[in-house]
Order: sequence, then structure tokens, then C-alpha cells
Amino acid sequence: MTALSQLGGPPAAVTEKPGRRFTAYLLLLPGGLWLALFFVVPLVSLLSASLYDPSGTVETGYAVTGHWQNYVDALQDYARPFGRSMWYALLTTAFCLLLGYPLAYAIAFKSGRWKNLMLALVIAPFFTSFLVRTLSWKLLLGDNGVVVDTLKWLHILGPDGRLLATTTAVVTGLTYNFLPFMVLPLYASLEKIDHRLIEAGGDLFAGPVTTFRTVTLPLSMPGVVAGTLLTFIPAAGDYINAELLGTPQQRMIGNDIQNLFAAGAHPTAAALSVTLMATIVVLVLFYVRRVGTEDLL
Amino acid sequence: MTRTGRWIGRHLVLFAGFLVLLYLFTPIFVVVLMSFNDPKSRLSYEFDGFTLRNWQDPCQPFGLCDAVSTSLRIGLLATVLATALGTLMAFAMVRHRYRGRAATSLFIFLPMASPEIVLGSSLLALFVSAGFGGVLGFWTILIAHVMFCLSFVVVTVKARLAGMDTRLEQAAMDLYANEWQTFWRITFPLVFPGILAAALLSFSLSFDDFIITNLNAGRTVTFPMYVWGSAQRDIPPQINVIGTAMFMLAVLLVLGGELARRRRSR
Amino acid sequence: MAGDLVLSGLTKRFGAFTAVDDLDLTVPRGAFFALLGPSGCGKTTTLRMVAGLEEPTAGSIGLGDDDITGLRPYKRPVNTVFQNYALFPHLDIFENVAFGLRRRGVKEIRRQVEEMLELVELVGYGDRRPAQLSGGQQQRVALARALINRPEVLLLDEPLGALDLKLRRQMQIELKRIQTEVGITFVHVTHDQEEAMTMADTIAVMNAGVIEQRGAPAVLYDLPATTFVANFLGQSNLVAGTILERSGEDLVIDAHGSKQVVPVKRSRVADGEVWVGIRPEKVFLARAGSETDTGANSLRGGVVTDVSYCGVSTQYLARMPWNQELTVFEQNTGARDTFAVGDSVDLHWQPSHTFVLDARQDATAGVEAEETG
Repeated sequence: MTALSQLGGPPAAVTEKPGRRFTAYLLLLPGGLWLALFFVVPLVSLLSASLYDPSGTVETGYAVTGHWQNYVDALQDYARPFGRSMWYALLTTAFCLLLGYPLAYAIAFKSGRWKNLMLALVIAPFFTSFLVRTLSWKLLLGDNGVVVDTLKWLHILGPDGRLLATTTAVVTGLTYNFLPFMVLPLYASLEKIDHRLIEAGGDLFAGPVTTFRTVTLPLSMPGVVAGTLLTFIPAAGDYINAELLGTPQQRMIGNDIQNLFAAGAHPTAAALSVTLMATIVVLVLFYVRRVGTEDLL
Repeated sequence: MTRTGRWIGRHLVLFAGFLVLLYLFTPIFVVVLMSFNDPKSRLSYEFDGFTLRNWQDPCQPFGLCDAVSTSLRIGLLATVLATALGTLMAFAMVRHRYRGRAATSLFIFLPMASPEIVLGSSLLALFVSAGFGGVLGFWTILIAHVMFCLSFVVVTVKARLAGMDTRLEQAAMDLYANEWQTFWRITFPLVFPGILAAALLSFSLSFDDFIITNLNAGRTVTFPMYVWGSAQRDIPPQINVIGTAMFMLAVLLVLGGELARRRRSR
Repeated sequence: MAGDLVLSGLTKRFGAFTAVDDLDLTVPRGAFFALLGPSGCGKTTTLRMVAGLEEPTAGSIGLGDDDITGLRPYKRPVNTVFQNYALFPHLDIFENVAFGLRRRGVKEIRRQVEEMLELVELVGYGDRRPAQLSGGQQQRVALARALINRPEVLLLDEPLGALDLKLRRQMQIELKRIQTEVGITFVHVTHDQEEAMTMADTIAVMNAGVIEQRGAPAVLYDLPATTFVANFLGQSNLVAGTILERSGEDLVIDAHGSKQVVPVKRSRVADGEVWVGIRPEKVFLARAGSETDTGANSLRGGVVTDVSYCGVSTQYLARMPWNQELTVFEQNTGARDTFAVGDSVDLHWQPSHTFVLDARQDATAGVEAEETG
């Protein structure tokens, strides 16, 4: 819990006046109310919608019957896309870490006076629409695109090989989309490391690899944990990449939830949504405890 | 290790970093390029030839500019609301002692840690069960956007506030500034960059959001929804014009801010 | 008296912790007053209460005839030079200095600011930003920003703490010059005993929320009232002893078998167990068995265990028969003997340099505080 309380910072040391606590609640009220009404209450609605009798429709309304069978049905029918989502999210997280760490490290320690520019470049893609960028991957990975041509020329890809509409394309897109979410927290925690510690590491253990393993990496763990969570969670719920870059064989759980809602099958969709949320919460708690970084929450 | 070995070692990371940046930028090059595309057929999504036509008439595809305008209006309103509410919360959390500070932090953190599909579907579940299933549109999108932008605003402003030395405010009060003057002359100018950053972040999150919006939009079409819809059929090159224009605008804003900062510190 | 700063019964508690405990203190108008003590002793809290940045739990603060205890910081004719200066980073030097004048709606700001920048020798720096100035320059801006308001009392919270040693010495002289020039009451909080002694005309030594002793630097040094002051302000040798009798204006004390004579007015106690105190530089080190002036106090049978040559002086440690190590500073004038480790020595000093403290006090109080400070 320390990182969250750290975000709170020190209280103002100016003479405490009576009524300051009241002021605090007053300041928190509008935003807090908004979150309560449109984040907490909806989660409760979702939970209750997941227990509706599926024989109703949006128009006629649903009977709240405590229909746990929704979960059983949903899991039976959608176990594969569910597992696929988790697998893709895991792959995405791994690739983001692999690509993001060198970049964050380069910005934090090697960029010199170009640091601000490089940071701006990491954020810049955000300013072009997410969907438009994903569509350009469609073009880049397309059957006549540069990437496929190059790979064919290098004989990495066979003459009939393709990238678009494959798992590779979906994971490439996901990695691309969530990479900045990995780089920024990594950079933030690397930047905080006192450079003298790394020098001291070099002084005491000599090898740069050993120094990295024993000093830099452990000290950047809070960034690794934050980055992996910020990548894994949205990746697990995403369906845009699977839809634009994949085929029904690459369908993720997000596609199904979206489609079920669009088709009016609210109870099943809600049950799937609740399951996704619960799975993520459990995984995250397990992961955070395992890594031992309680600093994050 | 030899000297050359070390030189390579030192620059290897930088080189790898540049490659990753290139990966981040490749699609943007494509977006810019495609904004000048002259497609041979309506269904073609390849670079067929150069034209300025898309830039001269970006509103040509039916509904595109309406969608952009809807996105802009929602983005601006959501930014103003989220920034205002979030800044107040950040001030309460950093500057006041009250019961339940840790709980507030967790409460702020949770929306950021929830997948968008869950946020979107739970809002939809609420709207439907509250009988608003038929009026989904501009206002429900706005509500959703303010909700998910709020947490980001709080975190951004809080970081700036927490990094601010409270002695500056004490010094101001010591120098005959009352609470009101202290806030407007010292606190606000010093926190403002954080508030501005939070507002920019809110706007880009709102303008870009698809998953949550798509579930709660009813018949209203935002820019990302327009792109999504056209991706199923034909992709008008004009969406790349919008994407490029947004990118340029952001780059100009960032550059302008950086220049202003440099001039001030000179 | 008019314009004096009077603290009476001032107390500040943070939960169960008492930072300042029932403090009574009068700072005369125009004084350069130092509040000296180790970190955490309550000196900064006291200062902040005077500035109005901390609300006292009990007690009152008076300035001249006015009670300012409950006034908001901006209503007090008191200004502060903050630790690390707290210069406004978004305003240039001119606006930093002009800040107080502008808030009070004063006219002729430009002339006054320029005069003030001249006083602190920063003419031509008005359009710079604080971040572009060196530590010493920032320190002077902080001073100018406070002084320009002509406060009745100027509070300085460790104002030189962030400067390196050489610059600190320079600024000490500078501050002293400015204080003489403007004639405003300065209350200077510091943990650096040397700084306090060089600059202040009165020092109050503070420890654990109470003032242990106050007075002119030379008086405090010559005749410390407590073991804490004896150790925190310079160094002291404290030898256990017992008062045997009073003989005229003197006390006769037995210390480990040898008789010590001390003027009655230099003792804090009249009978019983005591600490016999002597400053290291007041001790005369002699070869074992040598005769000295009649009337000198002596402790015999020491063995030199350590010799540190410091240029101007040499510091000796002598282990006494009761296993206590005493410190002796000898000036390297060339007129005296030098000693080596293992030499047998006697220690002599004048009764008029001896001071006597209550044995119930901890002989090591203030020792470590000075080392870490």
C-alpha cells in the first residue's frame, strides 16, 4: 500500500485551521460521487445483470433470479477465447517488457540532453488515433506489404506465408499499442535510481551484466511490476487488435463480450465480464504477492 | 572487457532503444503517407498514388466530420469536467488529513486497473437497468469519459502537488500574502503544468476511446467509432488526414510548450 | 521593553511528543540572537511558532506591547529566511524580493528592491530566475526578500546550512554586517555551535524542548550551566568528584583522591557529588612529577594514549588511573614540551578555569549531538 499513500505526499504544514477536514470531504465529494455512481454502482449492476434470467430481453426486461447457471454456460461456451485472451495478454506483456526495458534504460541513462525529446517520442503515438494506427498495421503486415515481402525475401516466411490474420499480427498489434504503458513506469523507476549505486555496483562486482542483475534490475522492480500490470490488464480486455488484425481463430474474450452485448444477450455478456474482472484481480493479487513488491498498491 | 567491447556495450542499449522507437513510429509514418493516398478502388487499402485531394476536402466521406466534431465536443467537455473534479480530489488528498486517505487512493486506482471492456459493460448494465437503454448517446458517452479520465487526472495532479515544496506557500504567507493570494500567486501557478498535463491526457484518452464508448454510444458516432465502422467496409484515406492533423497539432503544442519553458528559464 | 520579543510558557505538542516545553524567553530589540541546539531539540518549532506557521499548544508570543500568538502569518511584522530558502521558482529575483511589498500595496517598489539588491550585492540579477543562481546568491535573495519588509523581527532557520564551509564563513560575516546596518532583531536558529558563537550576541542553548542556558557566547563557554551545554558548546572534561568543604570563597572538592579548589561562584551545587569540569585547552600538560604554580588544580598519573597533530595545536588523550580518558589541547607555540604515546603525564589548570556541575546530570549529554550535527 505504500506507493499509493506515497502519492498522497506530506500534509500542508501551515497552521491547521478547524474545518480543514470538512474542506477535504467537500473537495472529494463531486469526483467521489461521480466515481461511486459511474464506477462502483455499475460494477454492482454488472454483477446483478450476470445473474439475470437469460430468457428476458433488453426490451422486456429481465427477471433477477440469481441465475448462476449463466456462469457455467458462459465458461463452457467461451473457455477457449478466454484462455486465448490470457495467453495473448501474457505474450504481449513479455514482449513489451523485452522491448520496453532497453528503451526505458536508454532514455534514463544514455540519452543525455535528448531525454525530454525521447520521452516525448514515446508519448507521441498517443496523439494519433489508436484505431487509425492499428489500421496501419493492417497495411504494414498485409499480404503485399513491406514486412511480408522482406520476410519472404529472407526466406523466414514461405512463399505462401502471411502475417495478417495470424496470432503474430494480433500480438504485434497488442504489443505496439501497450508498449508506452510499459516504458513510462519503467523509465520513472529507473530514473529514480541513484547513478552512484550502479557505479558502486561496477566497483564491487565488476561485470556490467552482474551489476545489472544485482543492482539495476532489483531497484527497477516497482517499475517492472507497474508496467506489466498496465500492459497485461488492458491487453486481456482488448478486442480491437484481434478484430482488425486477426480472424475468428484469434478471437479474444473482449470480442465475445462486445458481440453478446450488441446482440442483446446481456446476462451471458455480463457473466463473462465479471469472470474477466475476477480473474484479473486474482492474477494481479497473486502476482504482486509473488514478486513481493507491495510498494505498488 | 576491451575498450571497443565496452563502447559497443554502452551504445548497444541506445541502439536498441532507437529500434524500439522506430517500431513505435512506423505506423505513424504509414498514417501520414496514407493521408496522401489516391486509392484506385474504394476497397483498396494500399498506397496507389500521391494526391493532395484528401487534405483539401477531409469532410468528403459521409459522416466523418460529424463524427470528429462529436468527438471534439465530448473530448472538450469531458476534459473540463474531469480536470476540475480530479484537481479538487488531488488537492484534498495531498493537502488535507482526513479519515480514509488510503481507501480514497485505492478507489482512484481501481478504474485504471480495470479492463475497458469491464468498465464499458458495467456502465451499460447500469444504464439498461436504470431504464436509460433507449437514450444512450452523447450524454452517456460523456459520463463514461469523465469517469475513466478522472483517475488519470487525480494521479497526474497529485504527483505535481506532492512534489511541490509546501514551504513556498509558507514563505508567501510569511510575506503578507493571505490564503487566497497564496493560492493564486504561488500554489496555482506552480501546480498549473500538472493540471495542463492532466487536461491534455484526458483529452487524448477521451478522443481516442473506443471500447467503452462503443458499448454506451447508442446511435451516436464518435471518430474512433467511424474508423471502426469504415474498417469493416472501405477505409477512406481522409481518416488518415484526421489522424495526421491530430498528431501535428499535438507535436506543435508540445514543441510550443517546450520552447516557452526554455525561454522562461533562460 | 518596547519591541522585545517575549515568549512565555510556550508549548507545542505533536500528539504525545512535546517538541517545545513551557518555554520562557525574551529577545531584546535589535539583538542578534541565536537559538542553538541539536536537530529535533525544538528550535525550529519555536521559530515557526513565532512566524505563525505553527500554532502553539499553550503559551503566548508577545512583540512589544502586542500579543501576536493567534495572528495569521501574514498579519505579523515578522519575516523568515527559510531553510533551503524557499524562493518562488516561477518568479524572477526582482519579483521574489518585491513579493512582500506588493502584497502590502506599497508604492515605489522598484527603488526599494534595487536598494535591497544593492545591500545583498546582487545588483543586475533582478531578471534572473532562482534556479540560475548559486547557493550563496539564493541565500542572499532569501535574505533580501525578508529584509525589504523591514520586519520587527527577522527569523533565520539554518540559513547557512546548505552552503559549503568556505561560503558559510563568508556569509556569517556578511549577515553580521547586514544586521548591524539595518538594526533589526535577528533570531537565528542553528545546530552549528561555531556559527552561533561567531555571529550572535546572545545564545540560547536548547535541548529536548527546553532552554538549558542563555547568555553571551563567552559567558556560556566559560561557565556552562549543564553537562549538555558543556559538551555541545565546545568540548569538556568532566571528572567525578565530591565536595568536601567550603573554605572562604572557594569549594574544596575531592576528585579521585586529589584535592581541587574551585571558586564558589563557579559551582552549580553547594555539596555532594559533582562533575568537575575543565576545557581541554585550559589544561597544562606536564611530565609526571613536575612541579607547577602553587594554587593550581592537578590530576596526576596519566598516560598519553593518543596524539593528533593539528598544526595550530596538538590534541592529546591521557588515560587516568581511574580509566577515564581526558582531552588536552596544547598550542604549538614551541615553548612547551611535546609528548609521545606512552609518556607519563600530569594535568594542571587554574581554579578560575574550573567549573562544577551537578553529578545527577549525564556526563555524555550533548556529546554525540555535536558530532552528528
